[in-house]
Amino acid sequence: MLEIKNLKVSINGNEILKGINLKVNPGEIHAIMGPNGSGKSTLAQVIAGRETYNVTKGEIFYNGKNLLDMSPEDRAREGIFLAFQYPIEIPGVSNTYFLKAALNAIRTYRGLEELDAVEFLSYIKEKMKLVEIDQELLNRPVNEGFSGGEKKRNEIFQMAVLEPKLAILDETDSGLDIDALRIVADGVNKLRRPDNATVIVTHYQRLLNYIVPEYVHVLMDGKIAISGSKELALELEKRGYDWIRQSEEFAK
Amino acid sequence: MIQEINDIYIQQYRLFEQSINGVRHNIIHQMRRKGIKQFEKLGFPTNKHEEWRFTNISPLTRIQFTPAYQVETQEISEEQFYKISIKNINGIKLTFLNGKYSEKLSDKGFPKGIDVASLAQIIRNENTSIHKLIGRFANNENNSFTSLNTSFLLEGVFIQIHENIEIKEPIYLVFITSDTKTPLIIQPRIVIMGGKNSKASIIEHYISTEDNSNFTNIVSEIGLDENATLEYNKIQTENNNAFHIGSTYIEQLSKSRFTSNSIMIGGSITRNNIYATLNGEGTECYLNGLSLASGDQLIDNYTSIDHAKPNCSSREFYKAILNGKARSVFNGKIYVRKDAQKTDSKQTNKTLLLSDDAIMNTKPQLEIFADDVKCTHGAAIGYIDSDSLFYLRSRGISENMARDILTYAFANEIIERITIEPIQEYLHNILFSRFKNARILRNE
Repeated sequence: MLEIKNLKVSINGNEILKGINLKVNPGEIHAIMGPNGSGKSTLAQVIAGRETYNVTKGEIFYNGKNLLDMSPEDRAREGIFLAFQYPIEIPGVSNTYFLKAALNAIRTYRGLEELDAVEFLSYIKEKMKLVEIDQELLNRPVNEGFSGGEKKRNEIFQMAVLEPKLAILDETDSGLDIDALRIVADGVNKLRRPDNATVIVTHYQRLLNYIVPEYVHVLMDGKIAISGSKELALELEKRGYDWIRQSEEFAK
Repeated sequence: MIQEINDIYIQQYRLFEQSINGVRHNIIHQMRRKGIKQFEKLGFPTNKHEEWRFTNISPLTRIQFTPAYQVETQEISEEQFYKISIKNINGIKLTFLNGKYSEKLSDKGFPKGIDVASLAQIIRNENTSIHKLIGRFANNENNSFTSLNTSFLLEGVFIQIHENIEIKEPIYLVFITSDTKTPLIIQPRIVIMGGKNSKASIIEHYISTEDNSNFTNIVSEIGLDENATLEYNKIQTENNNAFHIGSTYIEQLSKSRFTSNSIMIGGSITRNNIYATLNGEGTECYLNGLSLASGDQLIDNYTSIDHAKPNCSSREFYKAILNGKARSVFNGKIYVRKDAQKTDSKQTNKTLLLSDDAIMNTKPQLEIFADDVKCTHGAAIGYIDSDSLFYLRSRGISENMARDILTYAFANEIIERITIEPIQEYLHNILFSRFKNARILRNE
């Protein structure tokens, strides 16, 4: 589904990603872990099409298509979804109207009929239950005045509505208390299907207790230093990241 | 040069004075005389005048306007009125055509507890007690446009909401400039008195039917008694050749609440002044504004909030969206008098630039003489935020649509503060016609 080959990315002349290789198949959950500043969020944003980053080398294929040639909106329409680490506030537009615009833009691209207001409202009713979000929050302007937890929950709600094939969750667990974490994780698990995939970017193991990944990758200094199964996450929790750096140097 | 222009207006005044023969002794006429004297003294402002630094009114002085009272105005049809006015407003409606009260397009018979009358009618009546209520708050001292308006005091409207009365539906004042052979100067006066514990909402709406360069020089005076509440909406949608100078004076007594929503969309040069005096403890004053300018329009908002008594709060939130070579000004003065302890005041001014050639001048001015106060102000001028743009695009929304949605949202943050839904709808439609891709947000 997603294949990243030797991806190098820089911003303002600083190389942040220094040759990433990653393959994600349908039905899989991958966790990308790593210390602060290792390039995790950069990777998430580059997959979603953020233009402030400069891809200097490498390729990303998504379902056989060259992702780097596509605009952010076309990537979304093709089924990529990024849950933002810091969701943006948009005063002046309600959550409902914003989401209806997004869903209809995606449906039009896919050759489906647009949903009218009534159809849209009945469509999102079920999705609201999934992440235990209430109507009041949907009537409010996008993310404005939301608590940290509400913002993250709203991201997963958007994901539920837009039904992506590949979801990238960027630090979705940060700022969540235990109850909110459970609700968000439950939502993600319920959205899991054999034909979609999820990439979880996090630097704590906590979320992975609830959303269990098939693969764990550790990103350090712009490269994937080590990959493994979910046990790797537990080991990181116990031992931190330094041992990887040391063994890497040892390998050299 | 400017002296000659000033003289033209003074000569026009002499003619006007002759034409109103017979009612020259009442207090209204004394006011007019004081007005023209003051105008003679002040003359039109130039850029040297601190409060007119960014707004050059010389295009306005190059046109010789005919006073509207001199010309016959053709009535417009109800059909046309329906087409150009705000739809679905159920309240009292009063219409003025080129400044003159139009009986045909105005409602008759008003609910209990409210007096509404055409000012011309009141002025024609010798010495009613209402005369004393005119000109109480409008200050001619240092505003030549207000003194000019006072000199030609004749048309307009008087509204009084009685004690303990709540008027649920808005009072809709429609000022229409229509086609005439020469450019007109139209100078109505609006007087609004909110009695103790009263509650009401007003709409001043300015429309033109043609593309003439008319000049509207309006003065509104508002007095709010104890615990009165007023929502005051000024919607300026005249054509882009029009000149509009407006001054609204508000005097608030204790615990009164005043909200103004100034939506400035039309005009070649538009200057909208608001002077609020918080003259009682515990008053609240909210001034919101949205300016939407394109081409070579100039929209200037001037506000002055005078915290004269303790424990009052004021909030200002002005936004502008500028396209083309448009220019806009925000000048926000806040005085906190020595006695006005525990004043809580906040001023915000945000501008969205849609082109590289648009210009915004913003100037907060705080003069604080009390020591226990909370006063903040902030201004931001910028293009569409790239983080917001990416957020929308990452949800499948095209770049063009995202830009229009964000522009609409920027404006809507002010429009949402208007509690009268038909106005919101009217303004949304204007936004949708300018930012077409935002139409996806319509409730359909």
